[in-house]
Amino acid sequence: MAKIRAIVFTRFERFAHWSQAILIILLMITGFEVNGAYALLGYEMAADWHRVFAWTLIGLWVFVIFWNFVTGEWKQYIPTTEKLIAVARYYTKGIFDVNVPHPYKKTRAAKHNPLQRLAYLSFNLAISPVIWVSGLLYMYYNDWGKLGLDWLTLGAVAGVHAAAAFAMLAFFIAHVYMAFTGKPWTAYLWAMITGVDEVEDENGEPEPTPSPAE
Amino acid sequence: MGARPRVRGSAWLLTLAAGMLLAGALAIPIENARGAAAAAQTAPSTGGQTRDDAQSSTADHTKFRALQGPFTSGPEVTRACIRCHTEAAKQIHKTTHWTWRFDNPITGQELGKRNVINNFCVATATNWPRCTSCHIGYGWKDESFDFDEQANVDCLVCHDTTGTYRKFPTAAGHPAYEDKKFGPRLFKAVDLVAVAQNVGKPGRQNCGACHFFGGGGDAVKHGDLDSSMLSPSHELDVHMATDGLNFACTTCHTTGSHDVTGSRYVTKAVDRYGIDVPGHTDDTRATCESCHGLTPHPEDNHPKLNDHTDRVACATCHVPEFARGGKKTKMWWDWSTAGKRNDEGKTFVEKDADGYPVYDSKKGDFRWEDNVVPEYHWFDGRIEYTLLGERIDDTGIVDINRITGHSGDPDSRIWPFKVMRGKQPYDSRQKILAIPHLFGKDETAFWRNFEWGKALTTGLLARNVEFSGEYGFVETVYYWPILHMVAPKEQALACNDCHTKAGGRLASLTGFYMPGRDSYLWLSQLGWAAVALTLFGVLVHLAIRVVARMRGR
Repeated sequence: MAKIRAIVFTRFERFAHWSQAILIILLMITGFEVNGAYALLGYEMAADWHRVFAWTLIGLWVFVIFWNFVTGEWKQYIPTTEKLIAVARYYTKGIFDVNVPHPYKKTRAAKHNPLQRLAYLSFNLAISPVIWVSGLLYMYYNDWGKLGLDWLTLGAVAGVHAAAAFAMLAFFIAHVYMAFTGKPWTAYLWAMITGVDEVEDENGEPEPTPSPAE
Repeated sequence: MGARPRVRGSAWLLTLAAGMLLAGALAIPIENARGAAAAAQTAPSTGGQTRDDAQSSTADHTKFRALQGPFTSGPEVTRACIRCHTEAAKQIHKTTHWTWRFDNPITGQELGKRNVINNFCVATATNWPRCTSCHIGYGWKDESFDFDEQANVDCLVCHDTTGTYRKFPTAAGHPAYEDKKFGPRLFKAVDLVAVAQNVGKPGRQNCGACHFFGGGGDAVKHGDLDSSMLSPSHELDVHMATDGLNFACTTCHTTGSHDVTGSRYVTKAVDRYGIDVPGHTDDTRATCESCHGLTPHPEDNHPKLNDHTDRVACATCHVPEFARGGKKTKMWWDWSTAGKRNDEGKTFVEKDADGYPVYDSKKGDFRWEDNVVPEYHWFDGRIEYTLLGERIDDTGIVDINRITGHSGDPDSRIWPFKVMRGKQPYDSRQKILAIPHLFGKDETAFWRNFEWGKALTTGLLARNVEFSGEYGFVETVYYWPILHMVAPKEQALACNDCHTKAGGRLASLTGFYMPGRDSYLWLSQLGWAAVALTLFGVLVHLAIRVVARMRGR
């Protein structure tokens, strides 16, 4: 197959990605202040903005989930072991050699390599849900009685939320670094900004599932 | 490729919608608990004292033949009153104001001024004529006082509207019937006819005559009740402000059959009845909830404010400081230093720059404070007193009253307290709090001969306790719930006053997780270690890449 340059990240995906990035950064800044790591805005401002950013991100997520289902793009996150070892070996060895190419052949229908799939899947199914559930419980502390959740303690919920936030920050650091591991080193970043990336030509291969709107 | 443009088309629409959502959400203004809805609504000044003036009454007491006088004493006036108000004195006879006895329904303890020991002038026994100048009667000068005599009830002290009726400080409840001096202060002979003809509902001045001067002087005892509350500004008290709602004490401390509600002895830590509806509730407005309900903050205010009422008492945020009216309140009273004499062998009083006594030979050392930040404690409304005869632990600080409550209890709230501290005499062999006989003309009165042994013997004997002969001074603590001097909402505490890492108002309260104050050290250390490790790994990877690339060239 020949390589072509094509839109890999649609306008919506790019919008969602960068909005989420900004919101998560803001949530981390305000959230770690609420958790007492430093004093920047003061508790009241930090907590108030944390709540606003959280609701905004929840709103964004509703759209993202909807979009993933109607476009079928969710299939991009199905984990696979195929080439997993090769990719892992590449990042620990081949990457240091300018002449070694990435072993994974990106296509429009399968744009994430097996490591990415695993990373994003754990982001989507582990870190994020834990943060959302614990965060919403934290926010609705006063309604625990009505929800039959009296057995919870605020300290435990806050602790789980903070733990997930640390996981988020670790993910964030690794993710930002990985964005600069392309060849050339800004290649991935540009792809996420412009949406255009170099992929294998999938002539004859099926398109992503069209949305029901069509 | 046919489908793609249309996929992207709908994605574009979604993008637009998400963008609008994002923009809208970000535009939500952050409401500030302190600043929101700052515009105060000024209610018409119909409440409180002004409404209950002579014009609204159906009776003009100046026209009553029984009140034409002349009267030579208070009891004579009372006899005239009860000719029409036939049940009034009998009603008074049943109240705490009369009996100075209060049966606490929660603890079963017998309280009231007659029974409790405090860390001001300690106890009323043997000191009657002085203490009972605040009794709602005439003539309680010793144990023989007749509590069943209707004429002994003092109607005027509560119902005088002229402001000229004052009980003489050492006359066991009687006013001055002829011009008389108390120290340098002149008490003019009271015109009983004029006072009797100008009776009305009790105003702030009537209640304040005693309650603002508890502990022997202005502002001494409560901290949130002093003479500045006679005509307070909006700044000092939003309810009683003369330029605002102008509430009388009885606006909230509602009465029935002369019984005043809202005793501190049975403070309601939370009033689940909420807004007072006649027939459905407890017929008192002496809690904040009686008027403001259990979710008092308006919907458009900060969403978390109402979420605090399940843990925090109203006064905790809304009375940010007490003794705010320009009067200092007594915070420390050390009896152990009493009795010193100066170089001339005389008793003396030392005053601070503001004129407050800091030492008095008769009473010992004092400390005064104004604009005091309360102490905060979990409180469920149960107060247990250390009563006479109860064995104390003299190795530590003795609680005059013990408040209970804890963070896990749904009936407990965080309450503000004035905590009165001091040192007072105790019987060091029997390990009980002692009662000094302070006031009197006999040889055992402390303020006459300054001999603790004699004073304690007489004082304790008056309560049927024999003094062992050995005494010492023990440090004591007395908790006073703070409820008055409600500040304008702009001055109420804000989030950061408590939700802060260190030095917050609730820093001393433990046993629960408070956001902004608490975090788990081990979790934070583990978390930051994981973050640091990630960062380190990434940097090492980067370094190898850079080095490899340089070599590759």
